[in-house]
Amino acid sequence: MGEVDVYALRGVDFNLYEGELLVLLGASGSGKSTLLNILGGLDVPTAGTVHYRDHDLTSANDKALTLYRRQHVGFVFQFYNLIPSLTARENVALVTEIADSPMEPAEALGLVGLGDRVDHFPAQLSGGEQQRVAIARAVAKRPEVLLCDEPTGALDWETGRLVLDVIARVNRELGTTTAVITHNVPIARMADRVVRLADGRILEESRNSTRANVEDIRW
Amino acid sequence: MSVLHRKLFRDLRRLVGQVLTIAAVVAAGIAAYVSTHSAWTTLHASRETYYQRERFGHVFAQLERAPLAVAARIAQIPDVRTVYPRVVMGVALDISTEGQPPVGLIVSLPREGEPPLGGLVIAGGRWPDPTRTDEALLLESFATSWHLGIDDVLPVVMDGVRRELRVVGLANSPEYVFAMPPGSIAPELDRLAVLWMPIGAVAPAFRLEGAFNDVVLGLQPGASVPAVAAEVDRILAPYGGLGAYGRDRQASNYLLDQELEQLRGLATYTPAMFLFVAAFLINVVLSRLVSVQRPEIATLKAVGYPDIAIGLHFLELVAVVSTAGAAVGLGLGAWLGRGLIDLYRPYFHFPGMVWTVAPGDVAIALLVTAGAAVFGALGAVRGVVRLPPAEAMRAPTPPVWRRGWIDRVRLDRVFGQAGQMVLRETRRHPVRLGFSALGIAFAVAILVVGRFNLDAIEILIQRQFRTAFREDLSVGFRQSMALDDARALGALRGVERVEALRIVPVRIRASNRWRDVAITGYPDGGRLRRVVDESGDPVALPEAGLAMTRKLGELLGVGLGDRVRLEVRTGDRRTVEATVAVLVDELLGIQLHMRASALSALLRETPQASMALLDVDPILRNDVIQRVRALPAVASVDATDEMVARFRGHIDENIGVMSTVIVVFASVLSIGIVYNNARVALSQRARDLASLRVLGFTRGEISAVLMGEMAIQVLIGIPLGIAIGRRLALAIASTVDPERYRLPVVVSAQTMAYATGITLIAALASALLVRRRLDHLDLIAVLKTRE
Repeated sequence: MGEVDVYALRGVDFNLYEGELLVLLGASGSGKSTLLNILGGLDVPTAGTVHYRDHDLTSANDKALTLYRRQHVGFVFQFYNLIPSLTARENVALVTEIADSPMEPAEALGLVGLGDRVDHFPAQLSGGEQQRVAIARAVAKRPEVLLCDEPTGALDWETGRLVLDVIARVNRELGTTTAVITHNVPIARMADRVVRLADGRILEESRNSTRANVEDIRW
Repeated sequence: MSVLHRKLFRDLRRLVGQVLTIAAVVAAGIAAYVSTHSAWTTLHASRETYYQRERFGHVFAQLERAPLAVAARIAQIPDVRTVYPRVVMGVALDISTEGQPPVGLIVSLPREGEPPLGGLVIAGGRWPDPTRTDEALLLESFATSWHLGIDDVLPVVMDGVRRELRVVGLANSPEYVFAMPPGSIAPELDRLAVLWMPIGAVAPAFRLEGAFNDVVLGLQPGASVPAVAAEVDRILAPYGGLGAYGRDRQASNYLLDQELEQLRGLATYTPAMFLFVAAFLINVVLSRLVSVQRPEIATLKAVGYPDIAIGLHFLELVAVVSTAGAAVGLGLGAWLGRGLIDLYRPYFHFPGMVWTVAPGDVAIALLVTAGAAVFGALGAVRGVVRLPPAEAMRAPTPPVWRRGWIDRVRLDRVFGQAGQMVLRETRRHPVRLGFSALGIAFAVAILVVGRFNLDAIEILIQRQFRTAFREDLSVGFRQSMALDDARALGALRGVERVEALRIVPVRIRASNRWRDVAITGYPDGGRLRRVVDESGDPVALPEAGLAMTRKLGELLGVGLGDRVRLEVRTGDRRTVEATVAVLVDELLGIQLHMRASALSALLRETPQASMALLDVDPILRNDVIQRVRALPAVASVDATDEMVARFRGHIDENIGVMSTVIVVFASVLSIGIVYNNARVALSQRARDLASLRVLGFTRGEISAVLMGEMAIQVLIGIPLGIAIGRRLALAIASTVDPERYRLPVVVSAQTMAYATGITLIAALASALLVRRRLDHLDLIAVLKTRE
């Protein structure tokens, strides 16, 4: 059997608008992670083009992509990806040290409601607290874009709601353009706009007339 | 092939870099062990065989002159089996040479047959015809270095008469394995021409018919050498005996002892360091492998593999690595061992010396390696066996961090959060850090020890030849002469300054202890030769009394102000007493110094010269050498700068070959440690590092985080290694007989730079190998996986 090319995304035409909160909805294998990776400058498409404002990310090399991530993008991962040997404050400082006009790590942690846990190491924090540290780390550099990949995937729903609430607040208060990936349909209610993916294509795009409060969402 | 073996094979392939570097460390350890031990065994065994076959004497004595009948009295001494009286005389060689002229030594052969003691091995040609006076056997090593062969003619000056000796054969003798001309501190093959001639030709030339001036004794097994030597001294005292001594003081054998002792020192320390590092690396890599393979181990246990089978599976991995290393190491060791022997061969000249390795040494090398491997693997394998299957299915508990002393230092202000990660990581594995630093230190120490001789010799040269011996030429006289006759050398064109030295051989006694040494008498206001201490500062000689090497004082048990007895070995052989006025910390030998005026007063003789020191016009130098050498009263002419050059040449030759081997071995250690640690650290922290990349850290920045830990190991290891190297050098220096010279153990700045440089290059090279992997970190996978 010869090699077969497998496309994760096909014919995706897609915009992320400034200041909006977008939810990318899809089952596993739908291509939503690949799309997020491309948006975040972790990957480049084999065909087609990607633009961030006046930057062409399609032809960017590794160095330019690193710079793009460093200056403009905040990431929140499913498994938090905190550095175990650094405290909450230090994990945030990791990013603020290399950013241009960051907030104070303590301020960022205050924003996610962890003002009293700044000196704890990851192993001393619950899963939800760890994810909130990760959000603080992502927003502390005041990124233009916040990308969250299944941010509640490893959490129970109550803790997950707390995390989503923080994300919604960051979007509202800091005006950070935010994209949240999830396979969890009810979460779509918190978005300005929802994009459904399946088999690497955009299935449907819809706009919520009002954003639901996170505390009203159940799953 | 069982499935477990297939897994083993694939694991090995995946870990190929680590497998290779650890096997290389094992191989280097075994090679070091086998090469040094086999070289020692070969040299030791060849020497024993040679001594036995050629009847090397047990007691030796030189004297002025005694009738042959005295030899019969020596034969009466209990336990003496053989007595061989003979004539041995130093002669001048009339060879024109740009450099240092060689000296000749004529040794008589018996009237009939071969010498009963100190037999000769004829390497070519024939024995001299006993009826002829112009035939001689020549020491092979000298002939080789001067490209002399059979039928060549060697002009010598025997007792003032020039004679042309025809070389009829080349010979070797156990008494001259190591050819070291008088006054030298290193063997010089091209400087001592030993010539064996029939007694019928030698005795008349020196007016020693029916007499002897040298005697060799063979003893019964178990005889006491000091007891016999004391008896010989008693009998020879009236005949100008210079003191009998055993093999341990016989020049050639003494040097051999020293070389073998140094080799043995090297053979012990070096392999031990490699095997320690091998055990440590096996531990580090295997522990990590086990931790990565927890789920696999759990699965194996869950499906019913017994603990022992799984434990053995991991031990097999270690066995493959160490067996491969051992196999390469044995081959390499044999090759290097032969190389060492080839390096020694031109100096040692044991006829028929063939490289041999003792099976016991090979067995020990393999056993110790197996022991080190199992010891290194033990902890990890025990972990495998103990792991309960259910727990193994879960990811290991995440590490709990606490704040420690290092956090109070607030180093993050200086190094940033990335620096903080590095520091926390090192604090977390203090044992690994310690052992890694120690391993790096061993590599540095090996480099330091390899160069230590060079440093020591350089200091010796600086002190002796630059500060103490400042003359251009030193001229040895056949017999001591009146001062004015010596000073007449100043009239030669090109001679700018002449100073006369008086040298008097004495046996110095304090209670029942004694040593045979020489007193040097220095002219008042002399500038060319000075007494200097170990730090190179000149020592002022007392108005009266002796300046004594401190070591000699220790040997005799005397201190400042003590009286010693001096039995003069020349002239009227009187016995006088003198006071120890100054003790000198000297690097070289055991010596006595006096002002020449005080010396002649002590001996009640008119001032005399045994040697003249010359400063010459550089342009006319060779001219002066030629003319002085032609004077009948002159026995030798030595040029200080040539002595230094030859000395350096001898050392460089040996060190040149060795240093390549040492650099390779030390690099193997450094690379083994840095590469394996970096690989393990990468495997442990790939996720953290990839997260940092996603957060916008550059490749360079995450490399710094990963390599920071290695850098700390290297930075601790280097100074530690210099300290360990110095200790080892001290241990090796202490194997040199303190009566010969006391090697100054100083690690020079060059050596430090050299050891540091090689280690850093090796570390950097291994870091770059790992850096390549860092560049290919899968950033996306890391977002999707839980540790």
